[in-house]
Amino acid sequence: MSDQVTYDEVEVGTELAAVSYPATRLSLVKYCGASGDFNVIHWNERIAKSVGLPDVIAHGMFTMAQAGRFVTDWAGPKATVVEYGVRFSSPVVVPDDDIGATISVSGQVEEKLDGNRVALALTARAADTKVLTKARAVVRLP
Amino acid sequence: MAINPDFLGKTFSPSEPYEVSRAKLAEFADAIGDPNPVYRDRAAAQEAGFADVIAPPTFPIVISMASSSRALAEPGLNLNYAMVVHGEQRFEYSRPLHAGEVVTAQVTISDIRDVGRNSMMTTTTQISTVDGEHVCTAHSTLVERGGAA
Repeated sequence: MSDQVTYDEVEVGTELAAVSYPATRLSLVKYCGASGDFNVIHWNERIAKSVGLPDVIAHGMFTMAQAGRFVTDWAGPKATVVEYGVRFSSPVVVPDDDIGATISVSGQVEEKLDGNRVALALTARAADTKVLTKARAVVRLP
Repeated sequence: MAINPDFLGKTFSPSEPYEVSRAKLAEFADAIGDPNPVYRDRAAAQEAGFADVIAPPTFPIVISMASSSRALAEPGLNLNYAMVVHGEQRFEYSRPLHAGEVVTAQVTISDIRDVGRNSMMTTTTQISTVDGEHVCTAHSTLVERGGAA
């Protein structure tokens, strides 16, 4: 179990080091099944290209889940997420190879709020492009 | 054809009750590649202070999407799903969702507007236990590329 961060030890402005998460075609197929979102652009290259996409793209919610994991891994098991929002600014293109795409998430402590709440500003990139903007999470810490 | 603005403000009846199962939470956590034990191991979840295994923060999308798909399928809404991409997503949580809970989702179409060449629609879904306790509100903005009137 990961370490537990506490409200008192958090400082505004602290940078949270980037973590990379893989997104392969298998990840997307599994996410289709687990989420019930079978939109063809997440698994069918032919149709993805026919609607103007460069290739199969990851579900926005898959990317949001990776940044969510970044938040909960940092905050620790006794923290709870109070708010979490993102804008999907660019698709994560997932090529049909053994590597797929890499989603790199980093963050910064933006604000300390009342009620032991802390706001984090998040950044997510894939292939040097920002894939999430306005990404922010508020967690309640012990 | 643009999304029909007459649907702005429409609230749909609550969904059929959805039972949050431990197996589904573990499957979802596996699919997002998150090995955190609080999503699959009851003892680990209890050690962290929860009554049972909890859902990852983005899991409520599974419940909200299932109910908002009913709204998206409304005849006359004129949403071209093949051209739809997810624009924004936001969750507000009263508390984590736990395995074993039975919840319902109620969808409201909270915004419809054109932005440039695109048409956008936001749904707001209230997820509550069948006893009426609020758990999570999900705001989903869908963008129909090239959908503006």
